[in-house]
Amino acid sequence: MGSNFTFMFYGFLVAWMVVILYVIWIALRERKLRDELERVKRMVDERERETKK
Amino acid sequence: MRLKIILVLSVLSGALLAWNLHTMFLNVPDEANQGAVFRIIYFHVPSAITSMIGFYAGMFAGIAYLARKDLRFDAFAASVNEVSLVFATITLITGSIWGRIIWGIWWTWDYRLTSYFVCWLMYLGYLMLRRAIDEPTTRARLSAVLSIFACVDIVLVWKSIEWYRTQHPGPVLSIRNGGGMAPGMEAPIYWNLLALAMLAAVLTIMRMRQQTMQREIDSLRRYAHAF
Repeated sequence: MGSNFTFMFYGFLVAWMVVILYVIWIALRERKLRDELERVKRMVDERERETKK
Repeated sequence: MRLKIILVLSVLSGALLAWNLHTMFLNVPDEANQGAVFRIIYFHVPSAITSMIGFYAGMFAGIAYLARKDLRFDAFAASVNEVSLVFATITLITGSIWGRIIWGIWWTWDYRLTSYFVCWLMYLGYLMLRRAIDEPTTRARLSAVLSIFACVDIVLVWKSIEWYRTQHPGPVLSIRNGGGMAPGMEAPIYWNLLALAMLAAVLTIMRMRQQTMQREIDSLRRYAHAF
């Protein structure tokens, strides 16, 4: 019965861990994309200014 | 508006999951033959159903893309298939842990397990295919076709426990005429299904937003290189 309860715990732990790791991955990706978007926008602005000169 | 939907669904899903945990551990007794480990079903079955619903939603989005050539359908298909693959992974791992105690083995190549594993591999291939192709319309077209093809396997997964009696238990839910569970034990499965479906919706919306950001980055890059 002890191992029965332990394996139930493992099952719940794995289910939650997979969800939590995926949410963390999404959050990290969100930050990376925001930074990249800012960088590309700055690059476009610079190129537009250079072209006007 | 999108942020409000994400917030509302997240709070509802979190509250429902917490309430379900309370019900599973304090209101539902151990199963007579399986003991405490039977509670894995409360994540295993809802995760499986959530993944299948998601894969079908991805297939319909793929068909919509092929019909309309609108990349928003492709973004939805990619997001929902990725999220569904996460839930499919949970299903496979929790099932394996349950099998180790009840069957004495981690895995067996029976019809249900094998067809679901093939499904998991196909959607993993779907995500790899998307990473391998840079051109957005080619990527969208090929992944839509693969998504439609992969969905055929979902029917085999769903029906396998009725068509073949092997290692995996037959239908236990009353909605599938299983009748193998007491009503008090069955209800938390549906509540957890609702909670996981809402969580999947939140994750899909977030991934769709990221797909939109990625498209914006790609178009700005093309614009910048045109100078």
